Amino acid sequence: MNMNHFVATVLVTIGLYGCGAETDRAEPIGGASGQELAEEQVLRWGNGAEPGSLDPHRTQGVPGSNIGRDLFEGLTSEAPDGTVIAGAAESWEISDDGKTYRFFLRPEARWSNGDPVTADDFVYSLRRSLDPATLSNYTFILNPILNAEAVAAGELPTTEVGVRALDTHTLEIQLENITPYFLGLLTHSASYPVHPPSAEAHGNQYARPGNLVSNGAYRLEEWVVQSHVKLVRNENYWDNGRTTIDEVWYYPTEDQTAELSRFRAGELDLSNAIPKRQVDWIRENLPEELVISPYLGTYYFGFNLTRPPFQDNPELRRALALAVDRDIITGQVTNAGEVPAYGWVPPVQNYTGQQMTEAAWSQEERVAEARRLYALAGYSEENPLRTRILYNTQEDHRRIAVAIASMWKQTLGVEVEILNQEWKVFLDTRQQKIETEIYRSGWIGDYNDAYTFAELFASGSGLNHTGYSSPDYDRLLREASAEGDMKRRAELLQQAERVLVEDLPIMPLYFYVTARLVRPWVGGFTPNIMDHHRSQNFHILKH
Amino acid sequence: MFRYATRRLLGALPTLLILLALAFFLIRVAPGGPFDAERALLPEIEANLRAAYHLDEPLYQQFGRYLWGLLQADFGPSFQYRDFSVTELIMTGFPVSLRLGGSAMALALLFGITAGSIAALRQNTRADYAVMSASMTGISIPNFVMAPLLILVFAVYLGWLPAGGLGDGSPRNMVLPVIALALPQIAYISRLTRGSMIEVLRSNFIRTARAQGLPMHKIVLRHALKPALLPVVSYLGPATAAVITGSVVIEQIFGVPGLGRFFVQGALNRDYTLVMGVVVFYGVLIIAFNLLVDLAYAWLDPKVKYS
Repeated sequence: MNMNHFVATVLVTIGLYGCGAETDRAEPIGGASGQELAEEQVLRWGNGAEPGSLDPHRTQGVPGSNIGRDLFEGLTSEAPDGTVIAGAAESWEISDDGKTYRFFLRPEARWSNGDPVTADDFVYSLRRSLDPATLSNYTFILNPILNAEAVAAGELPTTEVGVRALDTHTLEIQLENITPYFLGLLTHSASYPVHPPSAEAHGNQYARPGNLVSNGAYRLEEWVVQSHVKLVRNENYWDNGRTTIDEVWYYPTEDQTAELSRFRAGELDLSNAIPKRQVDWIRENLPEELVISPYLGTYYFGFNLTRPPFQDNPELRRALALAVDRDIITGQVTNAGEVPAYGWVPPVQNYTGQQMTEAAWSQEERVAEARRLYALAGYSEENPLRTRILYNTQEDHRRIAVAIASMWKQTLGVEVEILNQEWKVFLDTRQQKIETEIYRSGWIGDYNDAYTFAELFASGSGLNHTGYSSPDYDRLLREASAEGDMKRRAELLQQAERVLVEDLPIMPLYFYVTARLVRPWVGGFTPNIMDHHRSQNFHILKH
Repeated sequence: MFRYATRRLLGALPTLLILLALAFFLIRVAPGGPFDAERALLPEIEANLRAAYHLDEPLYQQFGRYLWGLLQADFGPSFQYRDFSVTELIMTGFPVSLRLGGSAMALALLFGITAGSIAALRQNTRADYAVMSASMTGISIPNFVMAPLLILVFAVYLGWLPAGGLGDGSPRNMVLPVIALALPQIAYISRLTRGSMIEVLRSNFIRTARAQGLPMHKIVLRHALKPALLPVVSYLGPATAAVITGSVVIEQIFGVPGLGRFFVQGALNRDYTLVMGVVVFYGVLIIAFNLLVDLAYAWLDPKVKYS
């Protein structure tokens, strides 16, 4: 392998990312800027559900990841705006075939107990993360690494993972294929390092206060399940000098109305979300606190393509997709600034989303086309389509389903039954593809790349609940995965998206936004498309 | 008395076993499993998870394994909160629920009995009407309406008390949840006390006491209260059950980390062992409490004899 060919690119990469770490976190605070810091630097987050685990390799769901970002630091990290920057590795080199990454760790990086962070720690951690005995739900994040999939499936020993330590501070990772978004994956909890002696000594109880040794800006001080998680500053963190917040509290707040009350009562500095039904009230009464920003997700209705009426019936699917006035859905039903979606992939980096051709039409024209296609599919007022929408029990989903059902009824005369099921029952029903005809769903990208959306509708994907299987689509995805040229890769993914919006196994409705409440004196909050935040970038202003 | 208690306890065993079996099999019949998620797991990984939690064994074997664990006070690992065992979670949640439920019951008894007695003594006066209308309102307003109202007034508008959570563990955090949980019970208990107190006050022995010229407060405290409390004591069993189920709702709304919250989250996440743990724990608690109530009966009413 020849590393030299890639040095030029790497230098650009480091220029963009590596040095970014030095500047992106600095923000003018203190006397000169007129922003005086509060004496008490304590940050209190509403964090949604209770985290399943704080062990980075055993955690599941967003709440655990939020806390994980404060506790741990991967080889790479993210700037407040979401850009990938240097993390535990201060720089890296990528081979010219794009399949070998060499990471140079910061010699000054320390665990919270003072031990140095070494390349061996990362080798141990990546093996542990993939080890079937760890019972991780997120091994797929590491799939691009050589042999990772086979190791996670228990077919190969963990020592076969394509990771090795070249010396104390140099780590080499081999990939199966070129993976342009790989550096972004290293900010995911599945690739965080754990402190080997502690993980070995405590096993399943590694993530408890007293046992958890971490390498991020904070360490775990207290965890009372269903009450709070308290983190305190990790004095041994390599960049501790620029950390302002001393204490971070995460509160579980599943109930958004209750969370709003706690925010209004002054118990939270940042909420996790807002109750959508109260968005108008919030706009009026808490305008300064409300922050809405784009989020890497698409809300959609999926069709079951394995059974009638939607099997082999693209006209009918298109008719239904066109008969929905997305401006009404986003403007009057969800109403928090969501963007009407006529394509599948939300705005992600290095990619231009593709849309249904009818996106440029007026709604009247779309409805006229919908009626034509509906008739072409063999339905009429006398012989209306009778179908049902399945959604997981939640008020916001119900309101959207009701609005869409009434649009279909008005424009086409479709008779719709609306069914709700509790989340786990819903997952089960959808998986079976027997009773389901139309289901509601949403997908939040795992990383900032179009592929995290594209892969959903590959034949046999664990996320493809429509039963859609297109040889063209699969081929384009395969070609894109192996493509080294970024422009060409984007083109292939765009072609795949065009196939998708042509076939419409799903009906995209809108691109998500995150809406949360932030106290005016919380400094350093920067909305970003992944909604990833690190408390080390925050500060509390005097108030 | 001792023999009675022993017999009751032994009789409770089959009840508990039936409860266990029902809960064990019902939660497994519920569609969806603990490892279902938006992204279906790789079959190999799911198989690993199932094997790690013994979910790949036949049901009867799993049940046997569970019972064997219970005998050793081991409720098994939680599927959802992977860093903790169910025993640990119960031990964390129960003291909180006990504080919440115990305070609510104490408050309910204190206010319920006092208000009920006052209403009975001032029958058909303004005080009586006021207590009875207030208690009717208390019974009619469900706690999932009352709780947010209390939060809105006392936490958001007035800012006197916290809106949720345990905070630093100070009693201030418990005030609103305790009131919300106690209100319906205060209402029930005051109505019960009023009814039975009126009846007792009309009985012959009270009339005799009054004829002897005893002051009213002595008559009430020494003679009338004890028999008047009998219906309240028999209501304590259902009241405990009501406080437990009520605390499931209250804990959710106030973000109180008690057992009720584990129960709801456990059921939603199909955390079989956690749900079972809470069911068994509450089952034992309710059986024990009902026994205590029956024993208290004998103390209050000399006509009741256990043999």
